[in-house]
Amino acid sequence: MWAMVVKEFRQVRRDRRTLAMMILMPVLLLVIFGYAASFDVANVKVALMGPGAEALRDRVPDRLEVTTVDPAGDRDAAVDLLKRGRVVAVIVATTDSQSVLVDGSELFQARAVVQTVTAARQEMPGLTLEVLFNPTLDTSAVLVPGLGGLILLFVGTVITSLGVVRERQAGTLEQLAVMPLRPRDVFVGKVAPYFLVAAADLTVVLVVGTVLFDVPFNGSVLTLALGSVLFLFVTLGVGVVISSVSENQGQAIQLALMTLLPQVLLSGIIFPLSSMGPGVRWIGYLLPLTYFNQVARGVMVRGAPIDSLLVPLGLLALLGAIAFTLAVARFRRFLTVGGGGRGGADDGTPA
Amino acid sequence: MIGWGLAEVTVRLGATTALDRVSLGVDPGVVAVVVGGDGAGKTTLARTLAGLVAVSAGAVGRPVGRVGYQPAGSGVWPDLTVTENLSFVASAFHIGAAPAARRMAALLEATGLGAARDRLGANLSGGMRRKLGVAMALLAEPEMVVLDEPTTGVDPVSRYELWRLVSQTAAAGAAVVMTTTYLDEAERAGTILALEAGRTLAAGTPEEVRGSLRGAVYAVDRASQANHQWRRGAAWRIWTEGSPPAGARRVDADLGDVLIAASLAGGGEGSR
Repeated sequence: MWAMVVKEFRQVRRDRRTLAMMILMPVLLLVIFGYAASFDVANVKVALMGPGAEALRDRVPDRLEVTTVDPAGDRDAAVDLLKRGRVVAVIVATTDSQSVLVDGSELFQARAVVQTVTAARQEMPGLTLEVLFNPTLDTSAVLVPGLGGLILLFVGTVITSLGVVRERQAGTLEQLAVMPLRPRDVFVGKVAPYFLVAAADLTVVLVVGTVLFDVPFNGSVLTLALGSVLFLFVTLGVGVVISSVSENQGQAIQLALMTLLPQVLLSGIIFPLSSMGPGVRWIGYLLPLTYFNQVARGVMVRGAPIDSLLVPLGLLALLGAIAFTLAVARFRRFLTVGGGGRGGADDGTPA
Repeated sequence: MIGWGLAEVTVRLGATTALDRVSLGVDPGVVAVVVGGDGAGKTTLARTLAGLVAVSAGAVGRPVGRVGYQPAGSGVWPDLTVTENLSFVASAFHIGAAPAARRMAALLEATGLGAARDRLGANLSGGMRRKLGVAMALLAEPEMVVLDEPTTGVDPVSRYELWRLVSQTAAAGAAVVMTTTYLDEAERAGTILALEAGRTLAAGTPEEVRGSLRGAVYAVDRASQANHQWRRGAAWRIWTEGSPPAGARRVDADLGDVLIAASLAGGGEGSR
């Protein structure tokens, strides 16, 4: 037994990356997730519309942060504003009535608005409340779009990272290196099957979510498809990059999970970004799932038009371009003189 | 500008000098065999010729066109069948369907892999996998073929068949470089390069290498106190530049004897 223990210690000591992960990651994750794990909503962005908007401004409870006041706005303008995700609630005030329209796709903030408005109705009996897009504030309606993103992330990053590292371990990258293949040919060929599998997975998740869990699909399929393709480019590129810096499948899985976990917890799928501490919230804005979630939730639940999603779509395209460039650069390193399918990592061992 | 091959090439891998000013001319129609023990630098040389390793000094000449390469690990995709492995190579080299089919059929026949054409690479024996690796390297009819230990782990009959295939490839005009640990294979080469610890031990045609022997090789029936001796079958060989050992009979040194003697003369182990 002692021999086995000594052998294992020696192996663990030499696998420095795993050792570092085992020691540093729990601390890091605890700190990050400690600040991120919050459902508390401090304040909610609202807009005031209609002729009575200005008069209402001073009567709005503190928890509701008025960001827009538009006396010329009506109910249609309010719904449009909500669809575009600019605010979570709009109070439409006429001379004799006030109605609150709430975006049900922002679950926790919507619940906070409902809670606040319900309390305020005791003082303002004419105040009406209407939750749009997700009237019953159903959790699955909000989670399923993000869940689709998680599936894409899993297939795109975790499975792809295994596919390429397997090639390295089998020594077949050397074969590719002497063949008349361009780095981008290898990249595209390598990720094409995963792209199709992920796309099929996403379709299944969304269909099942819509049919079984009554998740609404109010927007354009094409907009969601565009967001998915851009997101897939990011995840596949990241998978290839992970694979190219990993010596074996174990390391690839470790690294892939390291990119997966923060995205699950910091992208706004579970905990609202607005509830996170500012120290960790910025990490969320670096993660592609954050933007896919904004697109998917916006399209599916709110029916957001494409022009209101240009920022997350643009950022996904930017992240995709970065990941694609990095992945192709790594392949170029493998497939040119000096790379030799070993990523240029000299092992110092002549054969 | 050099022709094909290596000219005074030095390759450093980290702190180790894997190849130290090694030269090897690779000519069309000739089989060049690189021999050496474990860690001699054979695989580094093969990878350098294939364009997979950056050299620290010297020059590497390769054809502009096709280079066939069989890495030491066979280079076979384990989750593709024999036919699929060959088809992929054919597609990557843009070989048309009809010529590819003809070439694949010929190579499957020559390597005896026809019966295993639908078997996954992972399910082939080590020898069969190497034969498939050789077939993949030859498929595109490259101008230069680099085979890294293609015969290691291959049964004697298959070794003979592989050699016939290699000879046919050279006869068709390709330059062939193959590494091996088997000294008898060096006898069949047009050019030999013997490596030891990354340095050239001997180089030239088999005749030139045999002629490079300094001193003489003797045979004895039992191990003696001589410094430079090695086992050869049931008997022992002794190499010396001095007077003949007592009771020993002089033998015509073959290539194996010459290379071992060269190794011992260069400071190799005293007894093997």
